[in-house]
Amino acid sequence: MANSAVAKRQFVRFSRLQRILHICMIVSFMSLALTGLTLKFSYTKWAAVLSHLLGGFENAGYIHRTAAVVMFGVFVTHLVDLYKLKKREHGTWRALLLGPGSMTMNRRDLTEFVGTLKWFVGRGPRPAYGRWTYWEKFDYFAVFWGIAVIGSTGLTLWFPVFFTRFLPGWLLNVTTIIHSDEALLATGFIFTVHFFNTHLRPEKFPMDITVFTGRMPLEELERDKPREYEELVASGKLEEKMEEAYQPIVTQTIRAFAWAALAVGFSIVLWIIYAMLFAYR
Amino acid sequence: MRIVAPLVATAFLLLIAKRPGRAAGAAADPPGAECLACHGDKTMTTTRAGKTVSLYVDGKKFSGSVHAGFGCTGCHADLQGKDLPHDAPLKPVDCGTCHSTEKEQHARSLHGKAIAHGDPLAPRCVNCHGNHDIVPVKDPRSAVAALKVPFVCGGCHREGTPVSRNRLIPQANILENYSESIHGEALLKKGLAVAPNCATCHTPHLILPHTDPASSINRKNIAATCTKCHSQIETVHQKIIRGELWEKQANVLPACVDCHQPHKIRNVFYSQGMANADCMHCHADEKLLRARDGKSMYVSVGEVSHSRHNKIACSQCHSEVNASRVRPCETISRGVDCTSCHDEIGKQYTASIHGQLNGKNDPNAPTCKECHGTHGILGKQDPQSSTFAVNVPGLCARCHREGQKAAVRYTGLQHEIIGNYTESIHGTLLKNGLTVTATCTSCHTAHQILPRSDPASSVNANNVPDTCGKCHHGIEEQFENSIHAKRVSGYSKPLPVCNDCHTAHSIHRTDENSFRLNVMATCGRCHEKITETYFDTYHGKVSKLGYTKAAKCYDCHGAHDVLAVTDPRSHLSRANVAATCGKCHAGANRRFAGYLTHATHHDPSKYPFLFYTFWGMTALLLVTFVVGGAHTLLWLPRAFQMRRELRAAEAKFAAELEKPADKKEDTNA
Repeated sequence: MANSAVAKRQFVRFSRLQRILHICMIVSFMSLALTGLTLKFSYTKWAAVLSHLLGGFENAGYIHRTAAVVMFGVFVTHLVDLYKLKKREHGTWRALLLGPGSMTMNRRDLTEFVGTLKWFVGRGPRPAYGRWTYWEKFDYFAVFWGIAVIGSTGLTLWFPVFFTRFLPGWLLNVTTIIHSDEALLATGFIFTVHFFNTHLRPEKFPMDITVFTGRMPLEELERDKPREYEELVASGKLEEKMEEAYQPIVTQTIRAFAWAALAVGFSIVLWIIYAMLFAYR
Repeated sequence: MRIVAPLVATAFLLLIAKRPGRAAGAAADPPGAECLACHGDKTMTTTRAGKTVSLYVDGKKFSGSVHAGFGCTGCHADLQGKDLPHDAPLKPVDCGTCHSTEKEQHARSLHGKAIAHGDPLAPRCVNCHGNHDIVPVKDPRSAVAALKVPFVCGGCHREGTPVSRNRLIPQANILENYSESIHGEALLKKGLAVAPNCATCHTPHLILPHTDPASSINRKNIAATCTKCHSQIETVHQKIIRGELWEKQANVLPACVDCHQPHKIRNVFYSQGMANADCMHCHADEKLLRARDGKSMYVSVGEVSHSRHNKIACSQCHSEVNASRVRPCETISRGVDCTSCHDEIGKQYTASIHGQLNGKNDPNAPTCKECHGTHGILGKQDPQSSTFAVNVPGLCARCHREGQKAAVRYTGLQHEIIGNYTESIHGTLLKNGLTVTATCTSCHTAHQILPRSDPASSVNANNVPDTCGKCHHGIEEQFENSIHAKRVSGYSKPLPVCNDCHTAHSIHRTDENSFRLNVMATCGRCHEKITETYFDTYHGKVSKLGYTKAAKCYDCHGAHDVLAVTDPRSHLSRANVAATCGKCHAGANRRFAGYLTHATHHDPSKYPFLFYTFWGMTALLLVTFVVGGAHTLLWLPRAFQMRRELRAAEAKFAAELEKPADKKEDTNA
């Protein structure tokens, strides 16, 4: 570690495609949140100003639907990527879903969750987390749930004439509520809990840019995900997962983008809190 | 009565005169047979003043005449008891022996006086009535039968005759004008025997110049003369003339002939009375001041001559002048009263708020001249006129602009009236020169202006639809059949009328964004609940954000033809709703229309599924945030602990290293 040559090489946690998808998701999610919330909180002055800044409501609608298409695109691309991953490394869906390094919840996650709670209250050590912690898995599946719920209800609102060919009209009122409240849940959760869990934890403050660079210092991996580190060292596969770190100019650009995303996210949270507390109807 | 009496007398005399005629008819001896022995010879002549005069008398005609019963001596009284053949010449026949009234009238008349003066052109009885062949005036053969009178009179009073050339008669082309007038046409061309002939107005015998106060055609008597036939003419003239004044104060009114020229009665204006030149003798002086208050009394001839009243003489407005005074105007005791002629308008004005204030001598109250001007008055069709459509707002603005005298005392809700009007659709159209657009007077009327609280006001809530409907007729028809019409809804509370939605003065096009975005607030003034819930659904939310294309109240409910949704004719009735949605949502069907456009998730009894969906989602949110939040909060102490340990390790490491900055950068990342 003291060797500077080694220090410049970092552990690769995310593939290039995964990083691109995450950035696409940020952009589309922010766009969806901003434009959608202007509608949800249309009775606040905030919303009117924002809608105006976005080029009027009609423009906001185009942005919202374009971002939705991007989000669907991200989702489908990820599924295709999973399919390729299955073919390349696991062979069967079962192996992909239940094998080591899988995103699916398993018994160990429950154990780690209990262990984490104990650690929180000082009744035990920090669990030796593996490649994916339970909260990371929760975030991951929250996106699946969100896309399914918000996406499907959004489609009924996008194409109401088509859907009312076989669904009653009042169901659009129901899907409006679901779409809107689920979106509130998603934005609220992402911009608070997710931001904290993966970016803003004091030990990583002000931000963890691993998801953008795909790389993390090895000592961080050792500290954060000890079990994964140990497994990689034991299997001797660590070295093949190491790559050169990005130049400072790249990380600086990434930081600027991340700061912007954080700022937007926190503004939205503040706005939601303001709207819920002082202007709700 | 002066005119009627002689007529009655004449008729009476004619009746008496018939009696001897009948008696004579009973006798066997034909009348005047003895005289006709000589005078029946057509060649019998005599010479008078060097002229050969026939002395032939047509016995047949005489025996058919009204005087046959009297025989020759009945009229030629100097033959009474004389032997025949008699000495010539006989004295002239004196018709007055029997017709004493007519004789007396004739003697007083222009014609009689001329005879007395020895005027050889002056007519005697025989010139009009003939001699031996006189038949009753009703008999068409009579020389003075109604249809013949114009020619009897015209024998002298037509162009080219010695009378017309040598005598001072103020009228020209009398017979010609008469025959083309409505009276002449009726009598001569249509044979309407009761149509007036010369004698009807001038009387048969008491013909006097119009300057004579006793004349039937004197200014004072004209009305009485005309109303012999045109009785109740004041009832049809009340829009122009205060008719009853004809009898009470004929001097302040124009006489019939002021407007309807004598002899060519065709609504042609005719100036009479005191000559304007007499007035302008003094008033043309630009330095002329009124002694009482120093006010300029100068009158510009040019101004008057270009005005609408340029055919009206000074004295017709400035009545009470006395032409016999050196200063004819010194008898004037009051200002010009326009209502003498403009009676209907005068009544309207008096009842209006302007007139009411004027009646209380309020100094702010406008009178006729404040709006219309004085000598230079122009018709409202004249673009130069202050009452021309384009100039009306500016005219009213003189008092009603903010800060001016009318606006200052006004306590109602309408402010910036002129400014708002100018910006409004009506004002914009007017500015672009569309003179038929609504100006102040289109809605408030020109002369019947009343506050809207007055039930008679054109802008009273009950009358507003009619007022707007004068131009927007189709809209009014729709509105009167809508739920907002009292007749349809039977609702006792005040219902909206045009201005409640469109405003009074700042009316804008309904396709303008401002109108489309404000209409919910407008409808919401009465429909409070339903508007609130509208804003809970898509259309309302995007409208709140300024999206004009989303459906507004009237896009679905209709604007002027709004009806209860339960009404089959409503745009939202079961049969029509899909088509209404389809205006924006192409392909919308009945099920699509099931979307609840006014739904709220706060009403469990009306919208249970929305209520429970909302609370289900809220519960999901709460649980997620509580769990996520708690997890995060619990984590914080450990996270800070880790940070401290990390920093401590870094510090220790940095102390060992020569270049600590490199390392720090990495750990932070």
